[in-house]
Amino acid sequence: MLELIHDYWLYFLIGQYPNGPLGGLTLTVLLSAAALALAMPLGLLLGVARVSPWRAVRWPTAVLVQLVRAVPLLLVVFWAYFFLPAVTGVKTGQATTMLMTLVLFDAVYLAEIVAAGIRSLPKGQLDGARSLGLSYGQALRLVILPQALRHVSPSLVSQLVATIKATSLGYIIGLSEVSFIATQVNTLVFTKAVEVYIVLALTYFVLCFGLSRLAFLLERRMNRRTVHATKLNSR
Amino acid sequence: MTFFDASLLRSGEYHDWLVQGLLLSLQLLAASFIIALPLGVAIALMRTSTSRVLRGIGATLVEGIRNVPLLAHLLFWYFAFPELLPEPVKMALYDSNPEFICATIALSLYASVHMAEDIRSGIRAVPASQMEAARSLGLGRIASLRMVLLPQAIRIAVPPLLSQTVNLWKDTSVATVIGDSGLFDGVAGDFAGRAAVRAPLPGADLRPRCLNLSTITGCTS
Repeated sequence: MLELIHDYWLYFLIGQYPNGPLGGLTLTVLLSAAALALAMPLGLLLGVARVSPWRAVRWPTAVLVQLVRAVPLLLVVFWAYFFLPAVTGVKTGQATTMLMTLVLFDAVYLAEIVAAGIRSLPKGQLDGARSLGLSYGQALRLVILPQALRHVSPSLVSQLVATIKATSLGYIIGLSEVSFIATQVNTLVFTKAVEVYIVLALTYFVLCFGLSRLAFLLERRMNRRTVHATKLNSR
Repeated sequence: MTFFDASLLRSGEYHDWLVQGLLLSLQLLAASFIIALPLGVAIALMRTSTSRVLRGIGATLVEGIRNVPLLAHLLFWYFAFPELLPEPVKMALYDSNPEFICATIALSLYASVHMAEDIRSGIRAVPASQMEAARSLGLGRIASLRMVLLPQAIRIAVPPLLSQTVNLWKDTSVATVIGDSGLFDGVAGDFAGRAAVRAPLPGADLRPRCLNLSTITGCTS
């Protein structure tokens, strides 16, 4: 196993870079982070639309959210990679395709997280803000969203973990992320499948477990602060 | 060539593939669900047990399996796991339907830890006095688990368990990675994810609906 790691660690980490496209673990992490960052504004918008008081805004968003959530990510990856270029005539690379798909999925899941955050607030917050003379937009921006987003920050970290795990599906379209690289290594070495795939699993484990712990700590700190704030308020 | 030829879906070779793929996905779902649910209950009981060792094993299982993507599980169980088996068992596995068996192992493990977490929340939602009352009425440990705690806990856990089952249904699509991908070659010359390590085995037929659907859209457009 040590020999294996010694021979292939660089390939595992960055793929063929700088002689080829960036790959491996670095691509997995960068792609996940980029997808989540790009999905954030869209998710915020969709989340607000999901709990909007106007039916004409709420319903189409609900349809989109339910549609995306009911379809396996893999299917969308296939569609984006094989079907979309056939329709639009624009051929996208594997990384771009995967990024687009992940942004769509993350936006929808983030929308649900944001909507849940908004719903968890007492109704009096919006009513109070509105009766103080703030417009709906102002009330959202100044009162509702700051509170809702503070509540959901642990879920955002969990969503990053989910995205890292979802990036592995890029394997299917030949994106050189870490699972794909591991399979390449397995093909090269041929006799060490057990070691290769255990290293792969451990890599994902360290990354995702670490982040999950971070989410847990965040949540605990948040709860403590909330308790503290409640105590101050009740005084 | 028309943009969308619905007759392809109604009859002919592609229709047969689709139906076959759908049936296979359903079989995968059924097999994995039947294994995952009892396993999930067992892991949930371990995690809520009074024994520190059992709790440790349960937590390790859950964290270890949950933090690795399903795709990596499938790759491990299909490519690596058979190498760990003794020769006769390995041969027997290859003679049967290795894709289906390995996909079922991976899917049921992955689903079971998620179900275990839902059942654990269900168990924690049952007031502790229920278990205490059952014990003081003279029921044994196992009997009070089986007749008092679990029926209540599982009833509470039904909605999240249902959504886990929907996830499992969606996850069967990922089993494509260890299916024979011969179908794909005509569609995408650069499809590099195919399992080059091991040639498709005779009788290997793991074609979830996604593979077929995408193949068809690729062909008709």
